[in-house]
Amino acid sequence: MDHPIKRDHTRFRNIVKGRVRDNLRKYVSQGEMPAPKGDGTYKIPMPSIETPRFKFGDQSQGGTGQGDGQQGDPVDGQEGEGQPGEGEAGEGEGNKELEVELSLDELASILGEELSLPNIEPKGKKTMQSTTDKYSSIGTSGPDSLKHFKRSYKEALKRQVAMGTYDPENPIIIPIKSDMRFRSSTQKVEFENSAVVIYMMDVSGSMGDEQKEIVRTESFWINLWLKSQYKDIDIRYIIHDATAKEVDETTFFRTRESGGTLISSAFKLCREIIEADYNPSEWNIYPFHFSDGDNWSTDDTKLCLDILNNDILPSSNVFCYGQVESRYGSGQFYKDLVGAYKEDHEKVILSKIKNKEAILDSIKDFLGKGK
Amino acid sequence: MTTRTQPITGELLKLKDEIHQYALDYGLDFYPVVFEVCDYDTINILAAQGGFPSRYPHWRFGMEYDQLSKSYAYGLSKIYEMVINTDPCYAYLLKANHIVDQKIVMAHVYGHADFFKNNLWFKSTDRRMMDVMANHGTKVRRYMERYGQDKVEEFIDRVLSLENLLDINVLFETPEVQRSRSSKESAYHNEFFHDDDDDDRSTHLKSFMRSKLFNPESEGPERPEGLDEQPSSYRPKPTYISPRDIMMYLVEHAPLKEWQADILAILREEAYYFLPQRMTKIMNEGWASYWHSTIMTKNALKSSEIIDFSDKHAGVMAMSRKQINPYKIGIEMMRDIEYRWDTGRFGKEYNECTDMHERENWNRPTRQGREKIFEVRKSHNDVTFIDEFFTREFCERMQMFTYKYNPRTARFEIDRRDFEAIKAKLLMSLTNFGQPVIEIESGNFANRGELHLIHRHQGVDLDMGYASDTLRNIQAIWSRPVNLTTIQEGKEVTFVHDGKEFRPLK
Repeated sequence: MDHPIKRDHTRFRNIVKGRVRDNLRKYVSQGEMPAPKGDGTYKIPMPSIETPRFKFGDQSQGGTGQGDGQQGDPVDGQEGEGQPGEGEAGEGEGNKELEVELSLDELASILGEELSLPNIEPKGKKTMQSTTDKYSSIGTSGPDSLKHFKRSYKEALKRQVAMGTYDPENPIIIPIKSDMRFRSSTQKVEFENSAVVIYMMDVSGSMGDEQKEIVRTESFWINLWLKSQYKDIDIRYIIHDATAKEVDETTFFRTRESGGTLISSAFKLCREIIEADYNPSEWNIYPFHFSDGDNWSTDDTKLCLDILNNDILPSSNVFCYGQVESRYGSGQFYKDLVGAYKEDHEKVILSKIKNKEAILDSIKDFLGKGK
Repeated sequence: MTTRTQPITGELLKLKDEIHQYALDYGLDFYPVVFEVCDYDTINILAAQGGFPSRYPHWRFGMEYDQLSKSYAYGLSKIYEMVINTDPCYAYLLKANHIVDQKIVMAHVYGHADFFKNNLWFKSTDRRMMDVMANHGTKVRRYMERYGQDKVEEFIDRVLSLENLLDINVLFETPEVQRSRSSKESAYHNEFFHDDDDDDRSTHLKSFMRSKLFNPESEGPERPEGLDEQPSSYRPKPTYISPRDIMMYLVEHAPLKEWQADILAILREEAYYFLPQRMTKIMNEGWASYWHSTIMTKNALKSSEIIDFSDKHAGVMAMSRKQINPYKIGIEMMRDIEYRWDTGRFGKEYNECTDMHERENWNRPTRQGREKIFEVRKSHNDVTFIDEFFTREFCERMQMFTYKYNPRTARFEIDRRDFEAIKAKLLMSLTNFGQPVIEIESGNFANRGELHLIHRHQGVDLDMGYASDTLRNIQAIWSRPVNLTTIQEGKEVTFVHDGKEFRPLK
């Protein structure tokens, strides 16, 4: 029988996933999704449930540490690095963030598992096939260059033991031809499918650095997931205030404009990009729009809805709108979209991102449908 | 379950005998230590359950396990050893560890075992906790079968909100103490209340004294509910209930079903079992590290193992800029005390010496160091340990600093390297094992059967978001509204949670 803790574990996972004990849901924190640091290390989201207790308020005021440095020097560094001898377990409410070196593939699979994201069933032509050979199995014939020494040795050993010719005192193994094993290939058919992600972001005055950071983090993880799902992926960036333009990635996250907001300008540009470069029957198209929900006028919102309905939605897999909460934004656009599409529209996914902690949930909103 | 750990054999057994002998030779005194080996999954399970192979079913152990397993799977951390405070002491070794690691761990474990047996704060811990925990598990499982998992688990969740509201004095409530108290109390009672008719003191005074007797630390005249007003029927309760022992107060006074009271008492018992370990983290780890280091370097280490040992030891001792490493501070303080008492750097004459040169070169070969640290490990806890032995010189040598958040740069920055400030901050973080002091003031607040809690403010405000949720959980146990008086931004305020909402009173 398995250890009873596995049941506790399953129970915990179910609570985190919101399947049982709904009243605990509000204490579940998925852990922050931080942006990549660029050195190949990533923080792993560690879901946890915090029991409310009386505790001191201003713990952010700091503490005591050890080391070099002058007043005003930052206190970075990893926490609790190397404390192997964990004497009395069960105590200590340490920080539960993990920093790990991982490949992007691993990271995507962790993300997928944590959020239980469904794999995407790509649309597009299945006629575009390609075959690749993968050397993933073992055969009894093949060229010498593909000889698998270890397997061959094992076969020979097995045979000799079985025949009784193996002498532990003098363990010489002589393989014969039938012992030889070779790496052999299997053919895999892959369907070519490609996707394009079009990010649109409101960079008007009301979108502050914090909001952009959220968008940046979120787009990183979305890209990560989509990249793991599609063989080829294009990413296009559009920024807009009252006018829209296409920019590169750096500009996308750095730019800050002031002035009004006409969301339709971005949608128009998005439409043009799709028309020019991406044939919807061959491409999986993912337009994402992030803003704080402010739009200039209701007329413009109407225009937006027209463009969405007539052009963008028919050609896209799914249209995602993420509304980042900001001090200045009214959040009206979200309400308008909800009014037009309801919460559970086939092709429109709406999500509100309150703060950094909400990123994970929002990613789940966007990608959880497997579109 | 039992097959998950195996007794040690062969080389490990030989090592154990060797190190056991060194430990005895140094005068360490411990209950028998039983070493067992297990794989990483088992050690994660044990660690998640506070070291015990069997606990009550609850998701929080699953959560711990989830996090430990992930940390291990991603290669971030692994648990080298675990030892639990029982008689005999059980210690677990990770099967995959290198032989040098196993040696360090064994030596370290003997340090802990000695500490568990001798430190005063551990005097009243139940050394058969292994069985007790297993029995608790069985009981809770039965309740779950009878009343439903969700219901029981929800109640446990509520109680866990109170798990940090403990009174360290309860650790000294051994049966003898309780007996002697109750005999003193009945003597007191006889003296003052026995011959009521002959007593000419006002009833007001008597009533006041009686309430003092009941609730010696509380200031108000209110008494726990359920007490008869008639002096003639007054009988001292067998156990003293501290106003800080909130879980016990609720067991005794909250309108609970039997299973609920039982679970509350179970969780309280377990919380008090772990309390001494929370109160002596620095000392305990310091002591164990001192001994692994001493035994390894003086006796057990082979010359071929020096590099491996140093590497591991340095890993354990790594200083962190964000928090103090109890292993590091602990071992350094133990060594510092030993050095000071070896060279006579203590007492009036040394303390009053103002000549820096003389102070630095002070050397009176008193040679009492070893003796002194044995004495310290017996009678101190982290707070008194730091308070007494954390000196200016030590602080500087340890390169300590305080840091705080700078909102302008949005990062934590080094604040001060000032001895007084550092010590104050350290002590602050250790006082009441780092938890706010909350006391029961009354079970009949405003004469409405409401619970009244007081936060003894010590300079830091409570986090009101958490306080609100905590009060809601207490309210669910108490079933009447629960009030909390605290200080917010210098002003005394009282909040109430009536189960529906949390609001300031009046």
